Amino acid sequence: MAETVVEMRHITKKFGEFKANDDISLSLHKGEILALLGENGAGKSTLMGMLSGLLETTSGEILINGKEVKMKNPREAKDYGIGMVHQHFMLIPAFTVLENIILGDEPIKKGVRIDYTGAAKRIKELSERYQLDIDIHAKVRDISVGMQQRVEIMKALYREANIFIFDEPTAALTPQEIKQLMKIFGALAKEGKSIIFITHKLKEIKQAADRCVVIRSGKVIDTVNVADTREEAMAEMMVGRKLRNSVEKQAVDQSKLVLDVSHLNVEKKGQARVKNLSLQVHSGEIVGIAGIDGNGQSELIEAITGMQKIKSGTVQIKDKDYTNKAVRKITEAGVGYIPEDRQTVGLQLPLTLAENLSLKNYYQQPANKYGVLNYQYINEHGQKLIKDYDIRSRNELEPVGSLSGGNQQKVVVAREIASDPDLLIAANPTRGVDVGAIEYIHEMINNERNSGKAVLLVSFELDEILKLSDRIVVMHEGEIVGEIDPKDTSSQELGLMMAGKKVQPNVQEAAQ
Amino acid sequence: MNLTTTLMTILSTTLVYAAPLIFTALGGTFSERSGIVNVGLEGMMIVGAFSSSIFNLSFDRMFGDATPWIALFVGAAFGCLFSVLHAVATISFRADHIISGTVLNMMAPALCVFLTRIFYDGKGQTPELNDGLGTTTIAGLSKIPFLGKVMFTQTSLVAWFAILVSVICWYVLYRTGFGLRLRSVGENPAAADTLGINVYQYRYMGVLISGFLGGLGGAVMAQSITLSFSISTISGQGFMSLAAMIFGKWNPLGAMGAAVFFGLAQSLPIIGAYIPGLEGINSVWFQVAPYLITIVVLVLFLGKSVGPAADGENYIKSK
Repeated sequence: MAETVVEMRHITKKFGEFKANDDISLSLHKGEILALLGENGAGKSTLMGMLSGLLETTSGEILINGKEVKMKNPREAKDYGIGMVHQHFMLIPAFTVLENIILGDEPIKKGVRIDYTGAAKRIKELSERYQLDIDIHAKVRDISVGMQQRVEIMKALYREANIFIFDEPTAALTPQEIKQLMKIFGALAKEGKSIIFITHKLKEIKQAADRCVVIRSGKVIDTVNVADTREEAMAEMMVGRKLRNSVEKQAVDQSKLVLDVSHLNVEKKGQARVKNLSLQVHSGEIVGIAGIDGNGQSELIEAITGMQKIKSGTVQIKDKDYTNKAVRKITEAGVGYIPEDRQTVGLQLPLTLAENLSLKNYYQQPANKYGVLNYQYINEHGQKLIKDYDIRSRNELEPVGSLSGGNQQKVVVAREIASDPDLLIAANPTRGVDVGAIEYIHEMINNERNSGKAVLLVSFELDEILKLSDRIVVMHEGEIVGEIDPKDTSSQELGLMMAGKKVQPNVQEAAQ
Repeated sequence: MNLTTTLMTILSTTLVYAAPLIFTALGGTFSERSGIVNVGLEGMMIVGAFSSSIFNLSFDRMFGDATPWIALFVGAAFGCLFSVLHAVATISFRADHIISGTVLNMMAPALCVFLTRIFYDGKGQTPELNDGLGTTTIAGLSKIPFLGKVMFTQTSLVAWFAILVSVICWYVLYRTGFGLRLRSVGENPAAADTLGINVYQYRYMGVLISGFLGGLGGAVMAQSITLSFSISTISGQGFMSLAAMIFGKWNPLGAMGAAVFFGLAQSLPIIGAYIPGLEGINSVWFQVAPYLITIVVLVLFLGKSVGPAADGENYIKSK
């Protein structure tokens, strides 16, 4: 076996009384690609923060090339050859790529001046050697996300890093960019560099990694060889239980009409986004709206929830007209809404968990008495929902903004479902959420259906639509182009319909 | 007056009034490039003007003609010392930058006038300085035909020095490692931190440099224009400098250019009478002109010009 370059022994990290990492040990060999798998909030980023000098360990030791080291800041980590590529890139948009790369390690000429030409030459050599396509004179704010990531990699290479840490490197990349990144991983490993990458995407681990360390709730569950471990096995280790690929649908009464949208037209910025659309959702059924992003789904949902003006047509909820009514009127009619963008629409990030969980009832008794907020009730209500919906947080007074994406989404889901709606509208409810939380949210949505509620689901994820829906309607350019039964439709056929095409065997590739 | 003399008068008066603004606007640039909003420039100027005046009055027998120049340095040093308050409040204690700057602006005149009363038998104004900076004819350069007469005869030497300093500031900010790092902590402190740059240290340096240059600007004001210290010595010049910095897009050369423009505006009450076509206008208009122009410039450019991304944001390092 190749030599060990990093060894972390019995690492524990506490934030106050909260143990983010609990007795974690792992090792990394030369030229190896190691995946760090875990759900959001499992403690992966904390662990890597300590290896890159951003955080200090509470206890435990870190060995680099066999020697114990204590790193107080990223500079010292850099001196040990550790380069970190953060999930949210640590770049300065107003600076050029070149300035971003040399910042902090500027080559100096004649005592004071930065040697830009010398630096550019060195970066050019490195980019040829590792096939990192970057434009060093462009401003960072003008380049693509993929190139920004290559700039981050170049920053580490420029500092002669031998150990690369990637924090969720593929989160913001397009499929093509992911492919390219995997190639770069290969090139780095071939040159004897070692890589640790944090992820919760199993496909990428299968594709790129040699070994995989699975972390759950701050503890190492297992370290496996990727080649002889199935994806499902890793997924189960990550979430700590068997994952189910289907939901259990009970027979319920589906006769009552809850949502009746008729001949709806919605315009945005002078463009018709929803065209003469009619749609019904009954009690006890999940209607899935499939379609490629930007085909009018968002506008349709905003029109139903009162956030977008309706040009013509009507929206009826439980036989009452709610066309162009105020959002609160619609909410009070028994509509729950899990919006697409939890951070800007669904939550108030600086407010506490408890406050966010009361955003729908803060103005009513008992959360509000004589115009004064009843914090005792709000906080107790928050505690209860946190427990019921398994939201992972320190306590109900934590700001929502500090939770991981999956847990933020659970807050929205908890608030909307706890308000006991007759109609639940969910727009991409599992976007950017890890496997365990996805399964949980799916079950919550399906439970609503089983208890006789109407559910309207919009998703760009075909698997999600097929798994949950009783009926699927396909939207294309603001119109419903077809309705299908999920039981006898494959994701390929659905994909073709979403592209606006009739199913023909020879055009299947066009849809992918 | 012939054309050459008219131009010379306008230019030299403009430069006299521009010099304090140039130094102070450069100071503001360093502070805000590092991410600390500095509305306390006015206060720093007051401290610089006060301390340099006291030094000039106390030591002019000892140092003779060199007194005003040494006084400039004294004013700068005290400005720097005064700015420590702003640095500690905003960087170490994460106070709101605007509030802290306002405190400086309220504290400086109160403190300085109080001390003036103690030093000079209860008078709120110092006696007149015996040695001011005055005007200088620069040997050599003044021999250049036409330009030599207009630009370098009976001109403000300290203003040319200020222009030279602004070129040096530009070089420091845009060509040296120190400048790149200073700008980086004002753009994205978290990114700078991951590269091992001590955000707090660079921000302290930005604020202290701004205190030094702001104090210098105030000292220039007292040594070359008012020739004494009182409550009215610094009357809005700090805010004009702030406007010049914004107008100049947080760039030392831009700030310098804007400061010269404001200098022209400030010199209008004096030179207005010499400018052909403006003789008939009531001088009241010239006196309000600098303030009006400042407001108009701010209204027109504040929204549009883009400053450092993290300007005014406190940085909290996680441990």
